[in-house]
Amino acid sequence: MLEIDWFLAVSAVMFTIGIIGVLIRRNAIVIFMCVELMLNAVNLSLVSFASYHGNIDGQILVFFALAVAAAEAVVGLAIIIAIYRNNLSVDVSKINLLRW
Amino acid sequence: MTVYIFIVLAVLAIASALAMVINKNVVNSALFLVLNMVSLAGIYLLLNAQFLAIIQILVYAGAIMVLFLFVIMLLNVEQEEKLFDKFRVKYFLAFLLGVAVTGQIFYSLAGVTDMLPEISDKMAAVGTVEAVGDVLFTTYLLPFELTAILLTAAVVGALMIAQHKIKRTEEI
Amino acid sequence: MSPGGFELFSLLYIPTWVAVLAIGLFSYLNSAAILVYAERRVASFIQNRVGPNRVGPAGLLQPVADVVKLLLKEDVTPTHGYKVLHAVAPMIPVITALMSVAVIPFGEGLYVTDINAGVLYILAVASLGVYGVTLAGWSSNSKYSLLGGLRAAAQMISYELPMGMAVASAVLVAGSLSMVEIAASQEYLWNIFINPIGAVIFIVAAFAEANRTPFDLVEAEQELVGGFHTEYSGMKFGMFFLAEYMHVFIGSILITTFFFGSYHLPFAGYWLPELSPLLKGVLDVSVFSAKVVFWCFVFIWVRWTIPRFKYNQVMKLGWARLLPLSILNFMIIAAGLYIYHNVL
Repeated sequence: MLEIDWFLAVSAVMFTIGIIGVLIRRNAIVIFMCVELMLNAVNLSLVSFASYHGNIDGQILVFFALAVAAAEAVVGLAIIIAIYRNNLSVDVSKINLLRW
Repeated sequence: MTVYIFIVLAVLAIASALAMVINKNVVNSALFLVLNMVSLAGIYLLLNAQFLAIIQILVYAGAIMVLFLFVIMLLNVEQEEKLFDKFRVKYFLAFLLGVAVTGQIFYSLAGVTDMLPEISDKMAAVGTVEAVGDVLFTTYLLPFELTAILLTAAVVGALMIAQHKIKRTEEI
Repeated sequence: MSPGGFELFSLLYIPTWVAVLAIGLFSYLNSAAILVYAERRVASFIQNRVGPNRVGPAGLLQPVADVVKLLLKEDVTPTHGYKVLHAVAPMIPVITALMSVAVIPFGEGLYVTDINAGVLYILAVASLGVYGVTLAGWSSNSKYSLLGGLRAAAQMISYELPMGMAVASAVLVAGSLSMVEIAASQEYLWNIFINPIGAVIFIVAAFAEANRTPFDLVEAEQELVGGFHTEYSGMKFGMFFLAEYMHVFIGSILITTFFFGSYHLPFAGYWLPELSPLLKGVLDVSVFSAKVVFWCFVFIWVRWTIPRFKYNQVMKLGWARLLPLSILNFMIIAAGLYIYHNVL
């Protein structure tokens, strides 16, 4: 069986890719997907700790994270639709009406 | 055997995550994210979290990502013309920050290596539907009920935000 | 795999699960061909026509002729479509349909694997099938395809909820999420007798998930030409065709497993004597197949009897009728079980 470090390393790399994605992409939907990726990375480390400790609580936390992610996706996509309706674009660099 | 399966799944997860970020086409990005989630579900199975693995596919791949695709198709989002254009400094900084974050995570991990949990015999029993349900409906009953309220609130809120307001006065 | 498995295979030194997997996949793939023929014959019977009877005896080789025709047709790809996804999309519904064979019990001890979340697995696999239709609609770069794909996604997501609640009520009665135990728990009393409302909801949702009439808005010819497969031809179209009939087959299998006693004869626990393993296996598989064939027939029967809903009616039925009803049914079942176990 593997050491826990491997799982945590995968989780860390995925989290970083998510951060870089949020920073370099301009499409609001892709940014949102990168946030989901980061959530997934955190979930992975929670699950690996939970099963290496032989303790279920971490998995329960992941379950709640999934529910929150679902709620977040619904509201976030609704906001993106509202933005698109006003700007006819989901490019975050073009949504600059309130920018100083 | 487990090691090889893990390596395949981990490479698949990271490669699809990378492909998602650098792909110009939004639909492709979404599909790579689905691939990422499915390979994560495989990793959960390796960790004996069967319930979460199936829920991951059911909720993330089956519902959330379909919603994403739905919105992408509905809005008919144009693909970004150039992914890497003039602001080279910005990308460089983003990359630096990413490296810094990874470095920090690995550094803090390296500091606690001897504190990390070893494989225990309890591992196999964790993660079945019975085990999860047992704790979920006793210790975590209140958070579970609150999740239901959260989801209801999210649905109502999403409807309010995304609804197209029709001016009734102009008709009739 | 299973300790009390089917003795015949152990005589031939084949593990039971390998044999079940092979036979299961074989019957899945061939169900489509048989269903195509059955559909055309039943349709012509209902409409008082003759139906295909030229190819082979009584037209039995008609599916073969159909497949040969599809294989020989030109494979057209839309010029401005998205070619990779256009090619991949038809495979997704077929693959997800085949994946469901893994947890279905075809008889006592006759299953590929018994995972403790088999019902969730079935729902998860079914929810992945949406991708095929949606991507086919999008990658064709045609407004009819896109509208068909979007309709499909909306409809399948909407009907997954009542379907899930109906399955949950069946799970509640059996007290397990394992398909094998749900099937085994119906030895004395089929779920339909305990949970009739759940069964009706599940059947309606299964029709909607399979995109069959009266819910075939996805490919409504009068509005959308061919729906999501407008731009498909040749064997790629054939894959969608295959997937549709495989979904009918799986829908029938799931209706049988969850609510109509799986491989048990009615009230079998009360009167059926102890049989030898071989005889029991043959009986189980025959009973199971007979029920599945009956439900496939119902699928075809309904298609040629009931006209199509309007789209708003489909959505209203799903969200405003079936979903509250299924939640109410779930509560009633839960209360009934509590009273049965604790009060009586």
